[in-house]
Amino acid sequence: METQLANTTVDVNEEGYLTNFAQWTPAVAEAIANSLNITLTPRHWEVIKYLQNEYKNDSPLSIRKIGKSGVVDIKEFYQLFPNAPLKAATKIAGIPKPASCI
Amino acid sequence: MSEFNGEIRKMMIILSKASLENVYAAFVLANGARMEGIEAEIFFTFFGLEAVHKGKLEHLHTATVGNPALNIPTLLGGLPGVEALATSMMKKEMERIDMPDVLEFLDILKASGVKLWACKLAMDMFHYKKEDIYDDLDGIITVGDFYKQGSGLGTHMLFV
Repeated sequence: METQLANTTVDVNEEGYLTNFAQWTPAVAEAIANSLNITLTPRHWEVIKYLQNEYKNDSPLSIRKIGKSGVVDIKEFYQLFPNAPLKAATKIAGIPKPASCI
Repeated sequence: MSEFNGEIRKMMIILSKASLENVYAAFVLANGARMEGIEAEIFFTFFGLEAVHKGKLEHLHTATVGNPALNIPTLLGGLPGVEALATSMMKKEMERIDMPDVLEFLDILKASGVKLWACKLAMDMFHYKKEDIYDDLDGIITVGDFYKQGSGLGTHMLFV
């Protein structure tokens, strides 16, 4: 379905994840982050860039992998994206929600 | 059901066994809760304490006797080496699906904000001392303390 984010029309699924990564822009990311009560800092952007790269390389994401990324450790990841960090961070990054239990 | 719409807000998990499959079940459930923004705490009691015992946590085994789902005849399961073989096969499969080993998993749980508690009664019973146990444990507590930890709406308790 379509929705309005940062004055542009984007396609999202029923959970609000972008379904077409080509529609992602930093402004869209800011808008999603706002809806999750997260203010993006340079640290957030580093993590978002990392997640998008992993997505482009078809590399499945998990909390364990984030911890080994060298970009952010698990503790900071939970601080940057409180509550459900992997779900929130991927949503802001415009990539699909990871189907991971670990 | 009215408050939070019946949503789960906190998982209180009691781990009373230390066979690999039970330990992983408890850890995955706790970690999975945190990943969904749900609080999680684990109470290690009786044999579950071995999962946080420094000298033992790296040597946990898969049960090959009394575990019909493994499809090994009970008599065979008790032969020397069978449990070790099943354990090493299990660990290989777990590594393949990106499952951390027990120590690394404890570190992940801790970093994710899971609270880890050792049962005082079981510690006394096994003659374990604080220094025998995983360093980042949140404390050694009684059953009553654990119940207090779990107070509030939306808390669920789970016994493994």
